[in-house]
Amino acid sequence: MSAAIPAVIEARGLTRRFGALLAVDGVDLEVRRGEVFGCLGPNGSGKSTLMRMLLGLLEPSAGSARVLDLEIPRDAERLRPSVGYMTQRFSLYEELTVAENLRFAAQIFGLSGRRRRERIDAVLADSGLARYRGARAGALSGGFRQRLALAAAIVHEPSLLVLDEPTAGVDPQSRREFWERLFELAAAGATILVSTHYMDEAVRCHRLCMLRDGRRAALGAPAELVRALEGRVVEVRVGHLDAAIARLADAPEVASITQLGETAHVLLAPHAPPAAAAADALRRRLEALGFPSPSAAPGAATLEDVFVALLRGEHLEGGPR
Amino acid sequence: MKGLVARLAASLRRILAIAQKELIQLARDRLSLGFIVGIPSLQLMLFGYAINLDVRNVPAAVVDQAESALSRRLVGELEATRAFRVRSVVRSEAGAIRLLERSAVGVAVVIPPDFDRRLYRGRGAEISLLADASNPTVEAAVTAAGSGLGAQLAARMAPFASGQATAATRALPLGRTRYGPESDMVRPDAIRVAVVPFYNPERRTPVFIVPGLVGVILTMTMMLMTALAVVRERERGTFEFLIATPVRRTEVMLGKILPYLAVGHVQVAIVLTLGAVLFDVPIRGSLAELAVGAAVFIAAMLTLGLVISSPARTQFQAVQMAFFFFLPSMLLSGFMFPFDAMPEPAQWIGELLPLTHFLRIARGILLKGASLESLLGEVGAIALFAVATLAIAVRTFTKRIG
Repeated sequence: MSAAIPAVIEARGLTRRFGALLAVDGVDLEVRRGEVFGCLGPNGSGKSTLMRMLLGLLEPSAGSARVLDLEIPRDAERLRPSVGYMTQRFSLYEELTVAENLRFAAQIFGLSGRRRRERIDAVLADSGLARYRGARAGALSGGFRQRLALAAAIVHEPSLLVLDEPTAGVDPQSRREFWERLFELAAAGATILVSTHYMDEAVRCHRLCMLRDGRRAALGAPAELVRALEGRVVEVRVGHLDAAIARLADAPEVASITQLGETAHVLLAPHAPPAAAAADALRRRLEALGFPSPSAAPGAATLEDVFVALLRGEHLEGGPR
Repeated sequence: MKGLVARLAASLRRILAIAQKELIQLARDRLSLGFIVGIPSLQLMLFGYAINLDVRNVPAAVVDQAESALSRRLVGELEATRAFRVRSVVRSEAGAIRLLERSAVGVAVVIPPDFDRRLYRGRGAEISLLADASNPTVEAAVTAAGSGLGAQLAARMAPFASGQATAATRALPLGRTRYGPESDMVRPDAIRVAVVPFYNPERRTPVFIVPGLVGVILTMTMMLMTALAVVRERERGTFEFLIATPVRRTEVMLGKILPYLAVGHVQVAIVLTLGAVLFDVPIRGSLAELAVGAAVFIAAMLTLGLVISSPARTQFQAVQMAFFFFLPSMLLSGFMFPFDAMPEPAQWIGELLPLTHFLRIARGILLKGASLESLLGEVGAIALFAVATLAIAVRTFTKRIG
């Protein structure tokens, strides 16, 4: 299957050291054309460093990558015209207006004349920024800045779009609209590499790469990764839920326990018995501790469970690499 | 060939895009804008005002060798200009020089014995101002007062010396029929003033300072503006957007330099205009030639700013580094102290500074009416500096982070 769809990004053992710190450690990955490929990991796990290396903005300490059939970092400059990059921090000019920023981006990417005007009008309309074209970028709210940054990143119609935590600090409504735009772009043929630490966003990606301490800890479609945790989740209902959570947190079957409304969501430890048996064990434990009429039953795993399992040091792979 | 032209056109478009963006940013950054207009105006006022104060009431000794009514009138007029205050009248030049030596006076005014005769015969008379140049401010003040003083005195004394005398002055035994044509008497060059600097080979005047100020201001602002324009991109994170685009590093650099070439000339214009309006600084040579010389000098300062921007992580560091270069430029270029009077090692360092060469260009063209052609050596030295710093800037400026 993977042979049929050409790889847009192919990383081979990408590694980057900053002094004693190993920011990215031998990461291999493959992103296919038209994919919305997510990069998930806690802060400092190496997402930005990985992306910068893939773009040729940062020299790898070891390893290399092939991006859009170009050897990176060697051919990084030839890659530029085909890539749109949205940095984690807002990186447009605050003194310039929305339209001026877009014009600058278009000029720098070699657009001129009518095509430039058309593209600027198009991205202004698509991003809902048309009303704000004369506003200074520095005066925009977070959500609108993010729209502007995306518009500037796609004004030259790149075939690869790299977005580093594009929705950090943006309200849910804006985030939702933003992701709808991403899928439109992907449907139009763009390949998108996006990092996030929002689970609801990660779950929407076609495939995900999870990073932990600079290393690849998981790779696969969100559903596949969740499936790997099948039989490892138990939902517990009981009175005095917070007290119960406190008492169960150290139980040997429990990897992590969090409150979700009126239930406690338990991720079982890897060595714990299957969910049904573990649920029984947890219920008995609560009865023994004097909690009145507890109930526990196997539940469905979520991407957050995957994330928690990864943070605990587990390694998960779903499907073909 | 066609591909090359297309590539160059694309490159030029990117350079202009950067330049345009820089100009917009500049126009909206009130602080920078104030910096550009404010620094030249403020500096000029500071230097000019200080000079203006000194110009008044320099203690003077008068050596009146003519001892005539006309020479006494001249002394009166001299005092009326308020440039000098006559402390003593002595008989001989030697006596005046002794007063100068003791710093009892800052200037000795020597009126020659044939003052009246030459004036009446329409040959024009010369008075000498012996200035104490060991004190540069006094010497500068005397030179300043001396320039134009002759014309001023001639105009003031014309009524007395010509047939157009007023009733109050008709008693003076002057008539054009006896003493030559009237036109000679009102001609502005009828009285020539020669300033003789004593004790100091280099004459320093406010007129001298303004051309130098042009160079000093350009050094200070141009170097800093480009350095800040680059470092600001890094500090604000916009650099990461920029380096992810197809723009080449030389294009970024040229795009940043271009607007400031124009800004630099605006500063030159501000200083020269204020200098001419407020302090009568002459512009004897060709302004176009000065602009060419200034362009080379501005380019050198801009490329130096690019060099500074590479190691600087913050705008503050860039400012610190700029001053590291600015101070020796001020002190060793001949702006503050006469270049020829500096110890030789200091002169060697001075020769390495573009400001030293620009001062010679600016003073040469503005004050001596020199042609740029005669100053090509100085232009070449600055151009060499610009090329060298550009090469360093290109080498150190990378489209990478970290």
